[in-house]
Amino acid sequence: MKPILILTGLGILTLLAELFRFRKALFPLVIIGLLGALAATISYAWYDDGAMGAFINGMLRFGSKEAVSFPMITSAIIITTALLWYLMQKDFLSDESNVTDHTALVMFMLAGAIILTCFSNLTMLFLGVEILSIPLYVMAGSRKNDLHSNESAFKYFLTGSFASGFLLFGIALIYGAVGSFDMNVIGEVMMDSAKAQPAFLYAGVVLLLVGMLFKVSAAPFHFWAPDVYQGAPTAVTALMSTVVKTAAIVAIANLFLSKVLGPLASFWAPVLAVCAALTLLIGNISAVVQTSVKRMLAFSSISHAGFLVMAVAAVGSSMAPRAIYFYTAAYSFASITAFTVLLNIIKAHRNDNVDSFNGLAKKNPLLAVTMTIGLLSLAGIPPTAGFFGKYYIFAAAFSSGYGWLAVVGILASLIGVYYYFRLIIAMYFRPADETAVTVSSTHQVLLFVTAVFTIVLGLLPDLLLNISAMADGK
Amino acid sequence: MITASLIGLPLVFGLLLLFTRGEGVKRVALAASVITFLFALFAFWTLQQNPADPNLENDSVWIASIGVNFHVAMGGISMVLVLLTCLLTPLIILSSFRNQYENPSTFYALISFMQMALIGVFVARDGFLFYIFWELALIPIYFICLLWGGENRGAITFKFFIYTLFGSLFMLAALIMLYIHTPASDAGAHSFDLISLYSAHESMTAAQQGWVFWGLFLAFAIKMPVFPFHTWQPDTYVTAPTTGTMLLSGIMLKMGTYGLIVWLLPLVPEALETWGPLAVVLSVISVVYASAMAIVQQDFKRLIAYSSIAHVGLIAAGIMAYTPGKTGTEGIAGAVMQMFSHGINVVGLFFIAEIVLQRTGTRELGKLGGIRNVNPLFAVLFLIILLGSVALPLTNGFVGEFLLMNGIYQYSATAAVFAGLTIILGAVYMLRSYQSIMLGESNSVTANFGALSGNEKAVLLIVCAAVIVFGVYPKPLLDLIQTDLRSLTLLMAPASN
Repeated sequence: MKPILILTGLGILTLLAELFRFRKALFPLVIIGLLGALAATISYAWYDDGAMGAFINGMLRFGSKEAVSFPMITSAIIITTALLWYLMQKDFLSDESNVTDHTALVMFMLAGAIILTCFSNLTMLFLGVEILSIPLYVMAGSRKNDLHSNESAFKYFLTGSFASGFLLFGIALIYGAVGSFDMNVIGEVMMDSAKAQPAFLYAGVVLLLVGMLFKVSAAPFHFWAPDVYQGAPTAVTALMSTVVKTAAIVAIANLFLSKVLGPLASFWAPVLAVCAALTLLIGNISAVVQTSVKRMLAFSSISHAGFLVMAVAAVGSSMAPRAIYFYTAAYSFASITAFTVLLNIIKAHRNDNVDSFNGLAKKNPLLAVTMTIGLLSLAGIPPTAGFFGKYYIFAAAFSSGYGWLAVVGILASLIGVYYYFRLIIAMYFRPADETAVTVSSTHQVLLFVTAVFTIVLGLLPDLLLNISAMADGK
Repeated sequence: MITASLIGLPLVFGLLLLFTRGEGVKRVALAASVITFLFALFAFWTLQQNPADPNLENDSVWIASIGVNFHVAMGGISMVLVLLTCLLTPLIILSSFRNQYENPSTFYALISFMQMALIGVFVARDGFLFYIFWELALIPIYFICLLWGGENRGAITFKFFIYTLFGSLFMLAALIMLYIHTPASDAGAHSFDLISLYSAHESMTAAQQGWVFWGLFLAFAIKMPVFPFHTWQPDTYVTAPTTGTMLLSGIMLKMGTYGLIVWLLPLVPEALETWGPLAVVLSVISVVYASAMAIVQQDFKRLIAYSSIAHVGLIAAGIMAYTPGKTGTEGIAGAVMQMFSHGINVVGLFFIAEIVLQRTGTRELGKLGGIRNVNPLFAVLFLIILLGSVALPLTNGFVGEFLLMNGIYQYSATAAVFAGLTIILGAVYMLRSYQSIMLGESNSVTANFGALSGNEKAVLLIVCAAVIVFGVYPKPLLDLIQTDLRSLTLLMAPASN
């Protein structure tokens, strides 16, 4: 609860900043606030009272006896990513006239993301999704004079509200079958195998699934993502493909990997497996033909959603939750690296074509090397964190009997290597042009940090995994 | 600790080289690789003194949550390949002295990193660690080929990378499949340790074993390469800078054949029984096909590339022909012996191709000729390496090839007849190339061939010395191999009964 309060308070405070003219202090304020939220999240690992972090009549649970770690770790990953993102977008927000509004929107959005990690009530799920989405609709359209930005916001809003409708309808049907929004109650009813469930419960689960797959941009509900990602300002795209994706997949994991919908796994797991396979293939194959790097990253982010959905489908494996949060961490750090480099390239070249990366290794070795590490991680090549993420997901898929899905994942990874390496080849192999690419010192530090994270998590994945072991031990 | 330090040494040297500036970097690289070689000799000496020396093994927890240990150990077969790696690396560095590379510090650092990964592959005793080193070896060579390669290198090295990654991802899948069939510890983690993986097949069905077999075989077959997975190889060998070609053919392809012996044969005995014959057939096809292709090549470097496929096909056939209870271990012993010899010979041959190219500007057999008249010493050295490559008795090639043929014959006489074609065809294409390059009248291209430089002489003399020494006295290597084979066959024996 504390992180949510801190983030909301931070949002309100930034709004006040416009009023009381302390814009200059905004940047350190937000950094301190985010660090505070992070500390508050991590502190749950030490505070272990009987209530186990249940708030608002148990509508939010930061931990339950079954899974102390998952909400805590995923919240920590989300806040850390947001912190890195905030360092990355420094220029983007300060270019804008309404910097305080946008900063506040981001903070509110983060509060929504945190709710999605710890909801224990289906109404909270819906609130979380909406709190997460509505600021993003605004942010996507924040370039008011840019037609693409408008298109992006409009498409995102329409499809997003459509998905919310599905979600709400699904929740309603489940409520109708069970008589409660509380996930513990729903779980108990589901476990009670003696009682036959009405058919519309299954319809509710399907609608819930559709709504959530929309949010995570998994096929066949992914079609909105490329246009929205490409049209939105690059910094917002980075936010959508890291924080938002993490929050959405964590919400799915909370629903489907827990005892709430876990008992119905034989019903929904095959559906998710097929969706995962489709997402992997569609995302990767479409990414191959893109010449705009931003659009390529959009499709790449769809394909990573495929990997994450694959981990949810591998519900039978005890590795699945760990696989999910490790993968989101690895993916978020690598994506932040890629988007930071992309931002700098766009700033120098005024476009995001693959050719803009030509000869970057000569022009700016730091950008080229960190981008290479990020791309290797996205492609899943050891010794980067991305490789371990993929390893966990493949292992989870194999041990829950989805060997064919893992093979699809392998083929998809290969296609992924194809387009990620196109950038590497451009950076090292093609001759450089005249345009100089400079990097601010904030970005230099940021790139260095994310690259180090990526390598360290790749070499010592237990650093992250042990946190959960430690928390589980309590 | 010795084995672990052997991996760490090139890593440290590589980092050092990365920050070395100026002309001296190649000398530093050479000195570093010689130190590593001396250290490998020390490991060899330790192994001779006491094969069970605890210093040769290192087993410490790396990723506890999934049962991965940093487990490295030095057996006989590993030692042979580590010696090969550490012997070839200084030779390869020395052979590159003539070339002026852009960014020499990166170039030599990458070679050093590559050496680290290769040694790691040969000594890893943990499936996960093996996979990591396997992949790590790919990244430096990819950049070596991409940055310093020849014409059209972008597309060709890319094909190479995707192709080998394709294989290794299936290997990862196969290793995971084995992993989930190992007994779980109290904490719920299975184990990637080689010994646990060896027992995983007991709880697997024949079909599962079949998948594992093909996952692993695919990875190894692409790396070697074996027909029909060879299409990346000739282009890559020709396009890569000669240093890269030497690394690929001299050492890297041995990852595949080593994998067959340690990471495939004992893992899935039932599948081996079912699918082994098909693997032997593919390997024999590869021998005949590549030999025939080599005969019609005009480009000398491409000819060596195809000859390499032929040699490695014979090695693979010898390994896959091993059947517990039916054949002896001659095939495997010959394979390891031949891996060592082939590594040395092929590096010598590629160096000769490089020298010829640098002096005459061409590798076309038809345009060359008569170099013997101009430089008789070069002709003699070439002849010695060539004889080693066609396996004349008293050269290093003979020992391995004889044992390999012996092993294949015990398995199937028909297979031996076809595999034996390599001896005749090998002589045909090698002697033909010698004839067109060295003999005849010297022409305008070759007349100004000139003398060899000191570095070139040194490399070729060392290679020739190795060809003769290990041809006349292969016993130390064979003894090394024998100690390991005994434990390997013991491991496989119960499965056959």
